[in-house]
Formats: sequence, structure tokens, C-alpha cells
Amino acid sequence: MSLKRIDLLICCGSGCVSAGALKIKERFHEVLKEKGMENEINIIETGCMGPCDYGPVMVIYPEGIFYKTVTPEDVSEIVEEHFIKGRPVARLMLSDDERTFSVQKEVPFYQKQIKVALANCGYIDPESLDEYIATGGYEALGTALTEMTPQDVIDVMKAAGLRGRGGGGFPAHIKWQMVHNIQDNEKYIICNGDEGDPGAFMDRSLLEGDPHRILEGMMIAAYAIGASQGFFYIRAEYPLAITRIRDAIEQARGLGLMGKNIFGTDFNFEVEVRTGAGAFVCGEEMALIHSIEGERGNPTPKPPYPATQGLWGKPTVVNNVETLANIPTIMVKGAEWFNTMGTQTSKGTKVFAITGDIRNTGLVEVPMGITLRELIFDVGGGMVGEGKFKAVQLGGPSGGCLTVEHLDVPVDYESLKERGAMMGSGGLIVMNDEKCMVNVAKFFMEFCVEESCGKCSPCRIGLKQMYEILDRITKGQGKEGDIEELQRLGESVKMLSLCGLGQTAPNPVLSTIRYFRDEYESHIRDHSCSTKVCLDLMNFNIDKSRCIGCSLCARKCPTNCITGSREEKYVIHQLECIKCGNCYDVCPVNAIDKIPGMHPEMKEYRAKLQAQKDLDD
Amino acid sequence: MTPAVQQDNQLYARLKEVIDEKKNLRNPLIEILRIAQDIFGYLPVEVQEFVAKEMGIPASKVYGVVTFYNFFSMKPRGKYTLNICMGTACYVKGAPRLAQNIEDILEAKMGETTEDGRFTISAVRCVGACSLAPVFMIGDETYGRIETKDQVTKILERYQ
Repeated sequence: MSLKRIDLLICCGSGCVSAGALKIKERFHEVLKEKGMENEINIIETGCMGPCDYGPVMVIYPEGIFYKTVTPEDVSEIVEEHFIKGRPVARLMLSDDERTFSVQKEVPFYQKQIKVALANCGYIDPESLDEYIATGGYEALGTALTEMTPQDVIDVMKAAGLRGRGGGGFPAHIKWQMVHNIQDNEKYIICNGDEGDPGAFMDRSLLEGDPHRILEGMMIAAYAIGASQGFFYIRAEYPLAITRIRDAIEQARGLGLMGKNIFGTDFNFEVEVRTGAGAFVCGEEMALIHSIEGERGNPTPKPPYPATQGLWGKPTVVNNVETLANIPTIMVKGAEWFNTMGTQTSKGTKVFAITGDIRNTGLVEVPMGITLRELIFDVGGGMVGEGKFKAVQLGGPSGGCLTVEHLDVPVDYESLKERGAMMGSGGLIVMNDEKCMVNVAKFFMEFCVEESCGKCSPCRIGLKQMYEILDRITKGQGKEGDIEELQRLGESVKMLSLCGLGQTAPNPVLSTIRYFRDEYESHIRDHSCSTKVCLDLMNFNIDKSRCIGCSLCARKCPTNCITGSREEKYVIHQLECIKCGNCYDVCPVNAIDKIPGMHPEMKEYRAKLQAQKDLDD
Repeated sequence: MTPAVQQDNQLYARLKEVIDEKKNLRNPLIEILRIAQDIFGYLPVEVQEFVAKEMGIPASKVYGVVTFYNFFSMKPRGKYTLNICMGTACYVKGAPRLAQNIEDILEAKMGETTEDGRFTISAVRCVGACSLAPVFMIGDETYGRIETKDQVTKILERYQ
């Protein structure tokens, strides 16, 4: 785009910005100005490059040199050494025990990835329409509008077999065909950007990193189904994504890519941005539609499906952000090309947000059918720290946990579902052996209890009951039969709820019971949390042989439950201990241990209380 | 007229302008309430009734929408909103501990506003910065990988 000799791409995804990317950009501007090199170097703010854990990251072209964890102090050196003398700064490159990876392509994190939806994310300036066009942007729309009929477009999508990336996996072309077939002057296309799964940030990164691609995908879909009005529904928590999409729409309008007679055809299109107001259930398409209509986002029974009676009672297609992001590339490269990636039933690629106890947390795009092992250990770089792999949670509050024995399961819609997890929107949280599965299940249940809209009793009341049982179990008050009761309730809620939230909410509990039943049992029977996460089911203990009697723990204890002296050493009075962990943190000689299981003194005390209560009753 | 009432009238006048501008869009209730919350800081019943009257819809409908969405608040909020991310990634990486630390420092619980009216603490579901877990936000600013009380204290001091 420019005649400058070096392109400096600074990742300005949310991860890198929080790590200080903007300060680094400012510093580059300053240093380059000092050296009078502003005309030689092109500084570009890009969307998320993916490896958020190494942020702030940057790539320098023409060579494609990749720098990680850059600080403002490193900027002068990069300018002096790399830009002026042509000697890339090795210490800022990624390296492992054996070698240094100088070029982005060589970095192991990128090796097994294939970028389709994310192709431009981290490569172009998301605020520049010119750069999007330079990478082939709006070519697909132009071809579709000028050379293809709407049915042709749908046929390409059918041959490609693109399935909804929002979680359900419903084939996009079926929805499109249904709406296409209905005769109506008023039809709508909605982009679902209400990414509510905790632990997922794919849609956010796409909207922020390559907004024009989503817009183009939406317009192709609109042409295919015969809609002339679209809506973006984006979470209010994503202010930057909202701004970027709004700007993209204005830029497109400026070039005549939006409005009337686009590409000189009789296709007209207008789009509006609506923002969510913090309700997880609005990711469900009927709830989302009601929210756009300005109502409470309660789901309503299907049928009627949105395809027949959607927004304002008109035929409507709701597509996820990532689904739309795939469309321009499929139109340009063809269905056959798309079919070379993926498995029999799941074609193409999937974007995942991988987080948790893993080395390379970040945003990745891999072909469908890759195994969890490859995804976690090759792309994700394996576990961080000393903890061993214990479980991976896929699909957020609707999904489930899989274990070591599932590492060779291919990632596709059917394989995951069979095993009690689901593709979901693409949040993937890796957990090490320090995580308590009962506690994780409780976390998801609490989420669903709060987010249940309250319309259906099984979801509103059943989930609450499940939460209370889990809460009791984690507090050492579990009873025989609790596990069976959880299963019974879970199955009922799944069967009797109206929308996707209720139908899937018990999954995290059911899947952890399925694969980690022993953990539930030890919580209930032995009053012991082997991972020492559930505070009622563990205790702190001072090892007198290691204690030096410095009294630091006693002074830091908020309840004054540690007593002793230099000679006698110190001891924790278990009944008053609130398990705040201050003593554990401050002990200079690590003489304090976390021990799984309720302390015998506590057990005795509770038994006494219970006996007294029984007597009173 | 007291200055407070005068100021209130100004705010209502602004809100009326917004409503007049947006009224003809199709069902703009949520957008209007969002702007109303920006103007007033929160959505007391009086504001809801005003919106209902201006839009010609039942107040019960406005109330139904306000109470459905987490984003809307019927209580006055602090000068800054401090959102602690309680997404899965943050949760497994120590968000409960972070929340405890923040609550201790500010001497207010989740969902409450500090006595000096400086912060309102609330929990949010994933701000999409999972790689930096545990994370909290003050306004639009994200703070990640915060481990200790001292770090939290330092950050909070910047907001006066």
C-alpha cells in the first residue's frame, strides 16, 4: 500500500492492548520521529494475531520477523539494530530449548493452523477499507452480485457444507434456502455477535480485527436470501468491536458498497448495529430477535422458526460472526477447496479461543478433525507450570469436560457431542490437576442459574436445585444419593426446557459426573477435596519441624487463630481458621502445607453440632 | 427552583431530545434506555415513567426490560464501574481471590457502591481477555494478570 520499506505490524487485539501495545506504538512514533525515519517505516495497528500470552507481539515485514513481549524500552533497540542496521533483535524472538524462531511462519503456534476466517486478522489494519480490498476484499460480493443468481450462491454454500459456527452446527445453506424460498418483500439478515460464553473471544477478535469481512459475508448472505436490511447484534461489553463495525459500515457506504444499487446492480442493502445489554440468553436466536425488537430477551417456542417468522414476524436468517467470516473466502476459492479441509460431516476450519493452564493462550484457527492432543499440545504448546493435564472444557456453560482418554478424539461436531461435550462457539479451557471438577461444575451451574431468563420452570427451578446440591457438596455437607439426584434433575431440565440454554445447562454437571465421579464421591463420603480447592474440605497445617517461629503467620492472620512462640513453634486453631491463605503466602520457609480433607477437629465439631440439632428436632 | 431541580430538568430535556430523535426507529427502547442511563447514571422509576410516557408505551413494559438486562441499573452507580471478570478462564486462574482482594480494599461487596461513591463493584461474564486472566475492568480499561493486593491497590489509586 505504501512506498515505505518496512511494514511494522503491531498487534492491537485486546490482549496485547491490555499488555501495553498502544504505549509501544506511541514510543515507535517518537523514536522514528527523532531519527527522521517516519517516511521509511509504516506502522500498522492490526487485529489479534493470536498468541496473546506473548503480548505485546509484532511482526515486521518484508521478512516477517516475529517479536514477543516487547516493552517500550525495547523500541530504541529495534529501531537502531533492526531498522537501521538490518540486524533483527534475537532476544525478543520466541525460542525454546533448541532454537530461536525468527520468522512468524516458523513459530510452532502457527504450524498446524489454517487461517480462513482469521486470514486478515493480525495482517491488515482493520480500520482501513483499502487494505481489506487489497487482500481481495469485496471481490466475492462483486462476483456474487454481478455473475451469480441468489440460488447459485446458495448452491455454492450447499456444496461447501458450511455449518453454523455459533455452536449448534446447523448447515447455513438450509436456513438460507428456506428464507430464499419464501416470497416476501421484507426479509432480514442478523449477525449474532452476542458472544456470551465465558472463556470465548473469537467473535470479538473477528469483529475487531477484520470488520469488513463480516460485513461482506453478511451482504452475500443477504443477496442470497433476498434481504435488504441487516442487523448486527453485538454485546455491549465489546465497545471496540461496535465502533469498528460502525466505522466499516460508513466506509463501505462511502464507496457505494452499501446503500442503493450496489455494484451497479439492483441489490440494495442497509445495516444497523444494535447492542446487547448483558443477557446470556440473547445468544439464542429467538431471544436475540426479541431483544432487537426492544423486548425482554425471552426465547419463544420453535416452530415457528426465524426462517418463517423472525424479526417483526418476517423471514429472518441469524448467522454467527464466524459463519459470516467464512463466506467471502468460500465464494472466491470455491466449495471444493473448502471441502479439502475438515471431516466428512464437519468441513472447513474452526476458530478457538484457547485459555487456561496452557502455554500459548490465545486465538487459533485449525482444520476440523484435528485431535484435541494436537490442539492442546502442539498449537497450545502444552501445559504451563508443573500441573499435569486433567481436563478440557469445551462449549462453555452448554458444553462439557473431556479427559486424558479423549485426547485423540477429532474435533468435529459429532465426535464431541457423542462424548458429552460440544463444539460450542469455540471456547476451550484447559485445566491442570490442581482444578476441582466439582467446583468447576458449580461455577457453570451458578452461571446458568443467574442467566436463566426464568420463563420455563425446569430451568428456573431445576438449575437452582442443582446448584444448591453442588454447593452443599463443596461445603462438606453432601449426602449419599446426591449424585443420582443431580443426574435425575439434569436429565429433566434437559428434556423439559424450551431453549438451548436450559437444554444444555446441565451438561457441565453431567459430563463431570460421567468422567470424574470419584471426585464427587470423595467430596461426599470422605469430606475431602483432593485438589484443595474447596475450602471446607481442606486444611492448612504448620509443620513444626520446618517452622522457625518467626510469628509472621500469626501477625498476618485476620482471625488471630495462629498462636505459639519461637520455642514452641506455631499452630493453627482449626475451628477459627477461615482458610484465607495469608499464612501460606507469607511463610518465609514454606512450613505451611495445604492438606486435602476436612481437619479431624472440624469433623468432630460438625458432628457434635449435627447431633445437637437432631436432638433439638 | 433549586439548582438540583434545574439540573434534573436539563437532563430530562436532553432525554426528551434523544427520544424524539429515536422514536421513529423501530422499537428503539433498549437504545433509548441505554442513553438514558448514560445521562442519569442509572434508571430510577421516575426516568422509566418518563420514557414510557414519551414513547407512549406502558411503564410496566419499560420496567420489564430494565430488570431483564444486567446492563441496566435502578440504583445510583459509583463514579467508576469496576467489573471483575468471572468468566471460566478467570475463575480457574483465581478470580474469586481477586474479587476478595478488591472487596477487602474497597470495603464494599459485589454489586455495591463504595461509601465515597467512587466505585461500583460488579461481576461480568467474560470480557474476552482470557489470555490475561484474572482480569478486571474499570470503565473501558482492562487490567490483567493481577495477583496481589498491592497491585490492586496501586491501580485503584489512579482513579480518584
